[in-house]
Amino acid sequence: MELLSGGEILIRALHDAGVKHLWGYPGGAALHIYDALFRQDDVKHILMRHEQAAVHAADAYARATGEVGAALVTSGPGATNAITGIATAYMDSIPIVVVSGQVPQEKIGEDAFQETDMIGISRPVVKHSFLVKDPADIAETIAKAFYIAGSGRPGPVVVDLPKDVTDPNNKMPYRFPAKVKIRSYQPTTRGHSGQIRRAVKLLTSAKRPVIYAGGGVVLGDASEQLIKLAKMLNFPVTNTLMGLGGFPGTDKQFLGMLGMHGTFEANTAMHHADVILAIGARFDDRVTNTPDKFCPSAKIIHIDVDPSSISKTVQVDIPIVGPCDVVMNDMIDLLGDQLDKLDRAAIDDWWLQIEGWRERYGLYTRPRYEPSDGQLIKPQDAVKALYKVTEGNAYITSDVGQHQMFAAQYYLFDKPRQWFNSGGLGTMGYGLPAAMGVQMALPNAQVACVTGEGSIQMCIQELSACTQHELPVKIIILNNQALGMVKQWQDMQYGSRYSHVLYEDSLPDFVKLAEAYGHIGLKIDHLDELESGLEECFSYKDRVVIVDISVDQTEHVYPMLIAPGSMRDMWLNKTERT
Amino acid sequence: MKRIISVLLENQSGSLSRVVGLFSQRGYNIDSLTVAPTEDATLSRLTLTTRGDDVITQQLTKQLNKLVDVVKVLDLTEGAHIERELMLLKVRASGAMREEVKRCVDIFRAQIIDVGPTTYVVQVTGKSDKLDAFIEALGDTTILEVVRSGVSGIVRGEKSMKL
Repeated sequence: MELLSGGEILIRALHDAGVKHLWGYPGGAALHIYDALFRQDDVKHILMRHEQAAVHAADAYARATGEVGAALVTSGPGATNAITGIATAYMDSIPIVVVSGQVPQEKIGEDAFQETDMIGISRPVVKHSFLVKDPADIAETIAKAFYIAGSGRPGPVVVDLPKDVTDPNNKMPYRFPAKVKIRSYQPTTRGHSGQIRRAVKLLTSAKRPVIYAGGGVVLGDASEQLIKLAKMLNFPVTNTLMGLGGFPGTDKQFLGMLGMHGTFEANTAMHHADVILAIGARFDDRVTNTPDKFCPSAKIIHIDVDPSSISKTVQVDIPIVGPCDVVMNDMIDLLGDQLDKLDRAAIDDWWLQIEGWRERYGLYTRPRYEPSDGQLIKPQDAVKALYKVTEGNAYITSDVGQHQMFAAQYYLFDKPRQWFNSGGLGTMGYGLPAAMGVQMALPNAQVACVTGEGSIQMCIQELSACTQHELPVKIIILNNQALGMVKQWQDMQYGSRYSHVLYEDSLPDFVKLAEAYGHIGLKIDHLDELESGLEECFSYKDRVVIVDISVDQTEHVYPMLIAPGSMRDMWLNKTERT
Repeated sequence: MKRIISVLLENQSGSLSRVVGLFSQRGYNIDSLTVAPTEDATLSRLTLTTRGDDVITQQLTKQLNKLVDVVKVLDLTEGAHIERELMLLKVRASGAMREEVKRCVDIFRAQIIDVGPTTYVVQVTGKSDKLDAFIEALGDTTILEVVRSGVSGIVRGEKSMKL
């Protein structure tokens, strides 16, 4: 029988768990593992330039493929650097497994070189974690880690491996478990049939319904069911930031995103709804505005695979715990012979009202921002041009701030897993490594990172890893020479006192920076160069391109919910509010 | 309202820190906490007391259930149950107080389990409010040390919390 060391067992187990790409960064405590990696070809390791970026890339790889992403880091600073990436995945329920090296067991607790309590430090931001004490446990632990990460409500799992556990001189037989069973962990696989019947009854009685669908629809591969259900019922659909693409952005039943920077029609429809069907969404504070003023006349049905997401911030009337696709399939079956009960006339009237809102303040009927003077580029126009040039087919990652909201508002995502951003944690620096993860998963896809000159500098070192691993991502910088979202709040609430949001001519020349890393840099300063510049960018199929677009620094993101109010309380532009 | 939550937990290193961490992470209060292995060495039984309304308690039990190491969660305060706490006190017992403490111990059906020249160690079991009442009843007696176990609880009747 073939005998393997702990390090070899780990790599073999990762392969057996389905890992093709492992994002990582080596170090002392991970040396045995890296040596085992060197002596095989099944798992491809991608050397990043920072552990945070390695975890973001694994996270985006998981979002793009629906598989569990994997990252490998060393102990101490490797582990702590990974934490931001892990927390990002945790907040957005992304399935990843992060393997961290650890000092040898006999040194644990002695404040050894590069020792940190990874299990302790990661505990609040993981779905689960394992400290492996015996090499004989590695394979089963990896199997469990992947099962936990990918099932139920997905999330990150950390596996901490002390160096002695991966010792090359300690060899043993290898066996990867065919099936994993954990007695204390049994995620719900079906919705309660009685609750589903009650929900269907409520849906068929609705006069002003809205379907509010979140990231759970995307992660749960339930987009098909959502479209079918919405079409059967002719109900309007709104997506959360995380849910974009779960329902086609160009469909006439789509109201746009809801929430803090959601559309007027989506937020207003939510406020006046009599029935809300929430699917894989979690009523977070960026959606609800003030929870006790949230949708005052609505009865709420909530489908979620995680019971703790239900009635956490807003009390719901009909909770249904289960996977979104399975529950919606059951609903569709039940609805089949009850469609005649629908109050079609009332729903037609509701649509008329919604069309009125769309016409009055909708983002897509006509521009809701001051048009450009013909020279200065509006950031919204930059995203619209990107949409046009890529024909709506690009995979878009973003960082955090105004550019993120403009991308969410103006790039209409027709497919799930087409939009990647850090919705929950709001991690600046996510965009570039995420684009690399997506590009690795989809080698032939157009992948663009819409970012700002602030966010891009938080993981800009990965431009080097793009070169090494031939990941031809496109980086679209909406450069307003300021931390735009913070500046917007300072405009709105702090008398335009711009405390530390301006760069005072200290920004790098992004074109030269791109060139320094061996990439192509383009600069766009005038509106008339916008489309041609973006076309040029995407014409370099095999190259990384940074497009530095100078945009209007004074622009704000609207609509914007007014706190503490309800969902119909919005700023529509700098002077008008509802 | 006071709640007694029983948790059946995998008896593994780190399990307890996940439960305790959850409380600080989510801003829940823990008034008392006891934990020990059960007759099945792979499981620990944990009892904790907390305060909160129905919404908070529901969220708390859901969050506990979500922890991978947690096998079962039960809010004992929802039904008929028995709760007990053990308290050890070391009190000054000299002169007239020696007899006074003894009387108090008898009234509360407590026990003196260690006798020193000027001290007693007293053991009291019961519901937490009985333990509070005992401390109050000691009046002028000098209390040198108090050790309380925290509440343990179990459901009355047929129902039991098992795998």
